[in-house]
This record gives sequence, C-alpha cells and structure tokens, in this order.
Amino acid sequence: MFGFILRRVGMLIPTFIGVSLVSFFFIRLIPGDPIILMSGERGISPERYAQFQELFGYNKPIIVQYFDYLLAVLQGDLGKSISTKLPVWSEFFVRFPATLELSFVAIFLAVTIGVPAGIIAAVKRATSVDHSIMGIALVGYSMPIFWSALMMIIVFSGMLGWTPVSGRLSFMFFPESITGFMLVDTWLSGEKGAFASAVHHLVLPSIALATIPLAVIARQTRSAMLEVLGEDYIRTARAKGLGRRRVIGLHALRNALIPVITTIGLQVGVLMAGAILTETIFSWPGIGKWMVESISRRDYPVIQGGLLMIAFLVMFVNLMVDLLYGLINPRIRHQ
Amino acid sequence: MTDVALDSTRKARKAQFAEFWHYFKENRGAVIGLWVFMTLVFLAVFADIISPHEPNIQDRTAFLLPPAWIDGGRLEFLLGTDAVGRDVLSRLLHGAQFSLFIGVFVVSIALAGGISLGLISGFFGGVIDTAIMRIMDVILAFPSLLLALVLVALLGPGLVNAMIAIALVLQPHFVRLTRASVMAERNREYVIAAQVAGAGNTRLMFRTILPNCTAPLIVQATLSFSNAILDAAALGFLGMGAQPPTPEWGTMLAEAREFILSAWWVVTFPGVAILITVLAINLIGDGLRDALDPKLKRS
Amino acid sequence: MNTITKLLAATALIAGLSSAAEAKTLVFCSEGSPENFSAALSTAGTTFDASSRQLYNRLVEFDRGTTNIVPALAESYSVSDDALEYTFNLRKGVKFHTTKEFTPTRDFNADDVLFSFNRQWKENHPFHQVNGATYTYFGAMSMGEIIADIVKVDDYTVKFVLAKPEAPFIANIAMDFASIQSAEYADQLAAADNKDAIDHKAVGTGPFQLVSYQQDAVIRYSAHPGYWAGKALIDNLIFAITPDAAVRYQKLKAGECHIMPYPNPADLAAMAKEKDITLMKQEGLNVGYLAYNTQKENFKDVRVRLALNMAINKQAILDAVFQGAGKAAKNPLPPTIWSYNEDTPDDVYDPVAAKALLSEAGKAGMKTNIWAMPVQRPYNPAARRMAELIQADWAAIGVEAEIISFEWGEYLTRSRAGEHETVLLGWTGDNGDPDNFLYVLLSCAAAENGSNRARWCNAEFDGLLRAAKETADVAERTRLYKEAQVVFKREAPWATIAHSLVFKPVRNEVVDFRIDPFGGHMFYGVDIKE
Repeated sequence: MFGFILRRVGMLIPTFIGVSLVSFFFIRLIPGDPIILMSGERGISPERYAQFQELFGYNKPIIVQYFDYLLAVLQGDLGKSISTKLPVWSEFFVRFPATLELSFVAIFLAVTIGVPAGIIAAVKRATSVDHSIMGIALVGYSMPIFWSALMMIIVFSGMLGWTPVSGRLSFMFFPESITGFMLVDTWLSGEKGAFASAVHHLVLPSIALATIPLAVIARQTRSAMLEVLGEDYIRTARAKGLGRRRVIGLHALRNALIPVITTIGLQVGVLMAGAILTETIFSWPGIGKWMVESISRRDYPVIQGGLLMIAFLVMFVNLMVDLLYGLINPRIRHQ
Repeated sequence: MTDVALDSTRKARKAQFAEFWHYFKENRGAVIGLWVFMTLVFLAVFADIISPHEPNIQDRTAFLLPPAWIDGGRLEFLLGTDAVGRDVLSRLLHGAQFSLFIGVFVVSIALAGGISLGLISGFFGGVIDTAIMRIMDVILAFPSLLLALVLVALLGPGLVNAMIAIALVLQPHFVRLTRASVMAERNREYVIAAQVAGAGNTRLMFRTILPNCTAPLIVQATLSFSNAILDAAALGFLGMGAQPPTPEWGTMLAEAREFILSAWWVVTFPGVAILITVLAINLIGDGLRDALDPKLKRS
Repeated sequence: MNTITKLLAATALIAGLSSAAEAKTLVFCSEGSPENFSAALSTAGTTFDASSRQLYNRLVEFDRGTTNIVPALAESYSVSDDALEYTFNLRKGVKFHTTKEFTPTRDFNADDVLFSFNRQWKENHPFHQVNGATYTYFGAMSMGEIIADIVKVDDYTVKFVLAKPEAPFIANIAMDFASIQSAEYADQLAAADNKDAIDHKAVGTGPFQLVSYQQDAVIRYSAHPGYWAGKALIDNLIFAITPDAAVRYQKLKAGECHIMPYPNPADLAAMAKEKDITLMKQEGLNVGYLAYNTQKENFKDVRVRLALNMAINKQAILDAVFQGAGKAAKNPLPPTIWSYNEDTPDDVYDPVAAKALLSEAGKAGMKTNIWAMPVQRPYNPAARRMAELIQADWAAIGVEAEIISFEWGEYLTRSRAGEHETVLLGWTGDNGDPDNFLYVLLSCAAAENGSNRARWCNAEFDGLLRAAKETADVAERTRLYKEAQVVFKREAPWATIAHSLVFKPVRNEVVDFRIDPFGGHMFYGVDIKE
C-alpha cells in the first residue's frame, strides 16, 4: 500500500510542473498589461513604466522570471496582487472559505438528494417513478446554470421576495470572522437572526451550484445499483430468500457506493467551474468571482497563484479518491 | 479484398446498424430527442427563410416590446424585442445556427485531436504515452471553464477562439477513452494477425483498431456536443465568447442581464433555447449509450 | 410589482433600518471592492470612494457637489508674485483617527504633509516602495516635475516651491492622491516592521474612520468623533459591495441600501416612477470624442475633418448609445467647467455639404478606419455601437471606414503610438481645471507623449494654453481658454460627441446627498430622516 501511495504521489510531480508552467506562461502571454490598464486614459511616461517593470520584475527574461516564481512558490510565496497590494496567499484564504462553504452545502444537497433518488430509480426500474426521476435528472444535467440562477432570482427574489438577491449575509450583522465560514461564524457570534440570515443567503446559490452534481450523482447511483443488482451474488442472496430490503441495503448498496464515491470526488472540478458562474451571478465573495475579476484586470500574480491553488486542490482531491479506491480495491494497487 | 468479402462486411455493418436501431428506437426519450434535434437543425439551416426579421436589424420604434400575447406586444415580434429593437425570435433562430455549429466544430476538433493522440499514446506506449498522458493530466487539473476562460483571454475574446479553447479542454476525455480501448485491443488476435500480414502502423491504428472502439467515442462525442454548447454559452455569458451583436444564445443572455427585472422575455427565451437543445442532445446520447453498451443490453 | 412584494419590501425595510433609531446608519450599495485604503496608490473611483472621500482630508478640497476649491487642512494659503511659491497655513487641533492599531499622541501638523507628499515624490523615502505603490496619479499630474521643493517653515506652515509657474497646481493638490496620511502612524508601523498596514489599516483625519473591511462583501465606517469640522450627522456608514447594477437596484427598492451608484440605463425609467426613490441627475465632468490622427495623410487637411464632423448624426448617437443619458458636445470642455465657451457654434449635421466639402478637399470616396474601445467608459457606454453608427453616417457620404478594436490596454498603447486613423476615446476631469482637459489632451507636449490622440500641434492654440498656465488670475485664464476653444472648433482635430449624464437613485429618507461632479460619493453632511 505504501508503495502505491508513493507511486501515485510521484506521478503528481510532472503534473504539478506542467500546471505551474501553464499557469505562468499562459497568463504572461495574455495580451494586456496591468500597469497600462491601471494608468487608463491618463497614460504613463516611459521612464515610470520602466521603473514599474523593474519593481515587478517584468524586465528580466521570462525564463528567469519563471524560475524566480517557481522558487518563491516552493517557499510558499505566491507574490502580491498588483491591484490590492496584498499577498495572493492571504487574498486566497480570505475568499476560499466562502467557496468551500458554498461547495459543501451544494455537495451535501447533491448527495443527500441524489443518492436516494438514484437508489429509488434503480429499485423501481422501468416504472414511472424511475422515468420521472431520470427525466428530472437529465433536465438538471442539461441546465445552463448561469441561466437557471438568473431565473431563480427573478422568481424567488424578484417576484416572491423569499430570498435575498445576493451576498453572504445581511449587512445588519457583523460577526467576527473566526473560521471564514459564515454559518459557523454567525452561530458563534450568537447574534439573533444572524445564522438565519446566513442560511437564507445560501439557499439559491447552493441550489444553483448543486444542480449538475445532483443530476450526475443520481444517474451514477442508479446505474451502479443496476449493475450490482444484476450480479450473481445478489441473485443468489435473493434466491436464498433474503428480504428485498436487506439485499438492497446490505449487499447492493455497499458495492454500488464505490463508483458513486468516485463520482462525488470527481465533482470537485465541476463545482469549481460552477462556482465561477454561480459566484458571479450571486455576488458571492469567493474564488470563482475573484478569478474572473483578476483576469479582466490582468492581475498576473493573482491569476497565476489562483490557478495554481485551484489546480493543486483538484489534483489533491483526485489523489484522495484514487487512494481511497486503491484501499477498497486491491487489484488497482498492483497495476 | 474480394468482392465477396466486401459484401459480407457491408452486410455485417448493416446488421449491426439494424440491431443498434432496434435498441435505440425502444428508448422513447431518445427518439423524442432525435426529433427535437432534427427540428432544430431544420430551423437553423432555414433560419434565413423562416425568421420574420433580420437578426441584427434594429427597429427604432420597438424597443423592448413584450411577446405578442402580452399587452403591448406586437404580432410581428412574436417573442418580443430586445433593448435596441431586434426581434428576439429571429435572433434565437439564427442563434441555433451558431450553437449547432459550435457543437460540430468543437466535437470535430476534440475528436480528431483526441483520437490521434489517444491512438499514438496507446499504440506506442512508453515515453510518448507518459508524455501525452501527463499533458492531459495537466489540462484536467484545471476546472474546464476556468481553463477555457484563461485560454480565451490569451487568444482574445470571440466565437472562434472560444470554440478552440473549449475543444482543447474537452479533448483529454477522448484521448483517455481512445487510449484505453487501444490498449485493450492492441494484443487481440486480429490485430496481431493484421500486423503479421504486414499492415503498417497507420493502417493498424486507423483501419484495424479504431473501428472497434467507436462505440464509447460516439457516446462521448454526443456528451461533448452538449457540453460544448453549454460552455460556449457560459463563455458568452461572461463576455468572453461570441461578441455582440452576434446572436449567440449565451451572448444574448449576457446582453440581456441588465433587463432581468424589467423585461423577463429577453432573459428567459435564450435560456430555454439552450436548455431544449442540450436536453435533446443528452437524450440522444443516453439512447446511444444504451443501444451501444452491450452490458446494459442483456437485461 | 404585486402586493406581496411590497409587503415584504416593507418588512425588510423595518427589519433593515429600524436600528437607525438609536444610531443612524447609512448604507451605500457600492459597485466594487476598493483596491486598498490609500488614494495615492490607485486611479480607481471605487478606491477613492472607500478611502480619500471618507477617511482622509487634503490641504484644500473641492466644496461638496462643486468644482470650487475651499480650505481644508490648510486654513489659508498665499501665492508669491512670481507664482512659484505656495505657502499653506495649516489648521490647528485636527485629530487623527483612533483605531485598534493606533492611538495618536499629537494633532495633525506639517510633518504629516511632508510625509504624504515625499512618500510619493522621493524615491529614497522609506515608504516610497511600500506596497509596490506606483503613485500613478502623482505621476500623471506631473507633480514630480512641478514641485522643486517642499519646506517645513514651522509646525503649522508648509511652503511648496514650484519649478515653473503652474496655475492648476492648487487644483492638483485638492485631488484624491494628495490625501494626508499620518507620519506618526507611519513611524510606529516602521518600528513594528509592518509598513504595509499603512494602506490597509488606514488612519486619516477624515469625517469617518475605518471599522472593518470584509473583502468583496462589506466595508464599515463609524463617524470620527473628533472631526475638525464637526462630527458627521450619521453615526455609521456601510458600503454594501454589490457589483451587479440590477441587484443594487433591487436592494435599493427593498430598502437594504439608501444610495446606489451607476444604475442601468434600462432601469432609469422605472426608477423615476418609484415613489420611495428620488432619481438625481447631473451632467458629468467628461467628454467623449473621436480624434482624427492629423499626422496621417487623410486628415492633414482641415476640410476633411470638418466634412466628416458634418456627416455625423450626433442625435442618433445620443439616442442609440446614451439612451437619453447624454448631451451633445460641441467643445472639448464639459459645460460644467468654468471658461466653457457658450458661443462656439456646434457642427451642423449636413451630409450633402459634407460630401461637397470632401470632394473639394480631393478626398471623395476615401478609406479609413474607426477604432472603438472594447470597454464601457463613463463618457461612452457602448463604443462599438457608436462606431457602427458613425460608420453608417460616413458611408452615406461615400467614406468607407473599418471598425477596429483591441484589448483595452493594447488599445491605449497603440493609439498613444498613433497607429490609428481615427479613434474613439474620452476623458473624465480630475480637478475641475480647464487645463486638465485642454492641455492634457490637445497641447503640443501631449502630441509628443501621445495623450493627444489627434497628434495635433497648433502653435496658436498651444500658445493660449501656455499663457493660461502662467497666470493665477482666473478672469484672464477664462478669456484665454474661451479663445482656445474657438481655435479648436475652427481646426476640428476631434469630432466632439457627447458629455454623459450621471444618475444617482437615492431613497427619500436621505437628506442632502449631493452628486459630485468628479463622480465621487461623499457622505459627510448627509443625514437620514427618521
């Protein structure tokens, strides 16, 4: 097992170098220049421009810049944002809990609804229940979430006034930022109504973000269950006279859950992509929105650092899924 | 090859297709999806004839008119008009052209690139395989939309660049699928037989092995088709895809966003159009998978 | 809107604003996050709103809602006869904010003035490099070249010695970048090896002090109890950061905020009808123009430029691009600025005469291009649409123009280098001085550095501008600038297109909010009705 882990982690090293190359060179090749953009119509004299190039280290050959950057990254320094002048690292960690909180709630919704729905559909195979569940799942899977989010705002916020339009918390409340998770912080603050307000603000964005993972998980659970239900040992168990419930609950579910867990792990990348859209629409102060804004500002250190961190996260989660899989299924370990 | 042999392959293909069609038409959803999709293709192809108006012509007397069935709407603008007096229905019809084109273009590029790389990777193995697969890992390490965003920023916003970016981020799936199939088929008897008979590498890869891994590729291509449409619309929505006044659905949504509370129709219809198209394609995709996947066929 | 919405809106209002009974809280739905809390480091209005306009003071300031300069941290100033020495008598008893990080032990004095200017000016100043600051505005206003020396005469007297006479100097130091920071705080931070905090955990003398900032979410301020001009009428000020204009409007309607900037043009009509909201309106201090590159063969002849001006249908542009939120421009100055010449005639829309004039100049059927910027700017909400309209107008007189666009940074750099034939651009005033438009955009020096996108250097025009720089007499300067506008109109280096209108929807309970001509938002002096 140890060897397997080592091999699996070793495979990440070239990927990590690739990711750092992409996040460095792609970004630097993007047309536009943060200094020129900051100066706007007013412009900047060539002498001052040269000064800033030097200040940011942009006058060195790009290869040298890359190695400088890589060296700094390995020491845990992602540089400073050009626009806010704050370290990218701290900027990331201010926003990361917001994205994480939203993703957690979304994945929680997706799993608690998606898995049972998939099981029910598999058990009631080819009935109208199955068809409706799978129909709804397919619609969810096909949904342009940037549009459905807007529609939910029109209906639930605009017409019905049930939910707030955007943000994480009503400005009325002022909890101390201890964990960065609004649900936890408002709970700890003990301010009356603060927690409720945080929940209130989470409803629409988390539903929007959960749509696609939910559909994927429901579909995956169903097909995994169907496959398992068709296996010989299940048939044997049934033939031996074990109760239907017991067969499904004990034998089928446990085996069907392995691919489902993989699917859930793989949804992390999907969630990050979804967060870009969801956060933009709901003005959710997380990583996705931060990246979109930084791209338009050409804030190189932020885009580079952000991309690197996100890619690293995705890689880390995939690694965990792989390891988990290896743990459950010894055959994979020895491949 | 003799005529007889050719004839028998043809017959075998025909029988294969008949079997596939038999299973496919069992799936009611897939058939509905196919009909909807064909209607969309028809509408897109004949958009210029069907559309009541030119998609980019502005009627200065008709800004933000509601759909015809609502008070204040006019019959000539069935689904209403947008902020500068353009007919929403005509723009949607022309938008279908773009969306379908996006799907075809992206899938073609991703397929061509993905199959070639996957074949090379699986067939030759070794260092080439490792290099290609690590590059694919790098691409997959980024959330697809984020990478597409960065690529479009790099190439400059616009429909063509958006399509290239999307094709690039969708391609690793094809590479992986092809590679896996090739590795599974590589040591089968028929491949070795062909090799012994003196078939060249290119012929081996494309004529002998490839036709035997088409089924999963077809399913993946259908999935990618709908993903391409969604991603292109998302890029358009973020202002990085097709540029106004192109009547691309995502771009239309982005332009309409400011009217979200004052004119629901300019926000609603483009989204419905995207949803219907993607849904139809996904229905077909499900049907294809069921019909082509022997594992599910038996039950 | 149905009754449920109204009911819910009403409850939200009660829930949201009832706490105003004990402490008055004003909520501003701002459009974005500030970069930091130091105006000297930024060029963005969003950052100025969050920093200089609430937290800091300057030696002299613009009177709220006008472009008039009034004393602030300097009680008075005097100018020497050669217009080279400006002596400021500083106000006594001005308190800096007391924050979690800093408790001031002394009042504001000359050291703070020297610190704030030297930080931006002197490259060897211990704070010059802090936070990777670029001091873009200090550089853009040429302060480095204008100032020869800054002398502390005594604790409450500071003398600026200029390198050359520069009448707009006094307007320059009323600008945001010239905000005064605390030298004592800086020393303390330097000692604690935490210099970066000066631009983030801000300390100033302004009417509000910073309580907390949650990135991308909310900024909280409280009234500065010891403010030298008297404590603010409101107790708490909150910036609810809301980037989406439709959402801002939604929040304003629901009573979740009191004032919002930058409404969607599409929502203006509905806002005007809303009975809880007053839609305030003012002409912006800006101009949107199309500059002809006079160094290109096509545009050397003034007749060509005049003919193309005559061919442009400005009214159509105002309707389609500004949707009523603009006013046709005839001068390079906006009408709200002093010395605006009412008497210059506007270009007449006359395609027939335009075609004739163009033939006379021998340029009938010429080919050219129009550069259109890719971004929305205050002076031009949709440049590409504007370019399409101009393209059609010119096609009507037989001129074929291609529309060209680049990424914004690229656009600025390339047009500065003069690669264009004609280019759409504009300008928003910095300090309310006519020099800030005319000299920056149309002088020979600007033709040299590229800010003058027409690359137009006219000796007569340039002479008038330089004469106006060298006298501090406003009446004389007014005369010179009016004459300069006549020369401009005769020579037509630009097609002047429009000045945009600025709209601010404000809830009715807000008292005495004033639109700032520079586009800022100031909340000192604003009150809330119970």
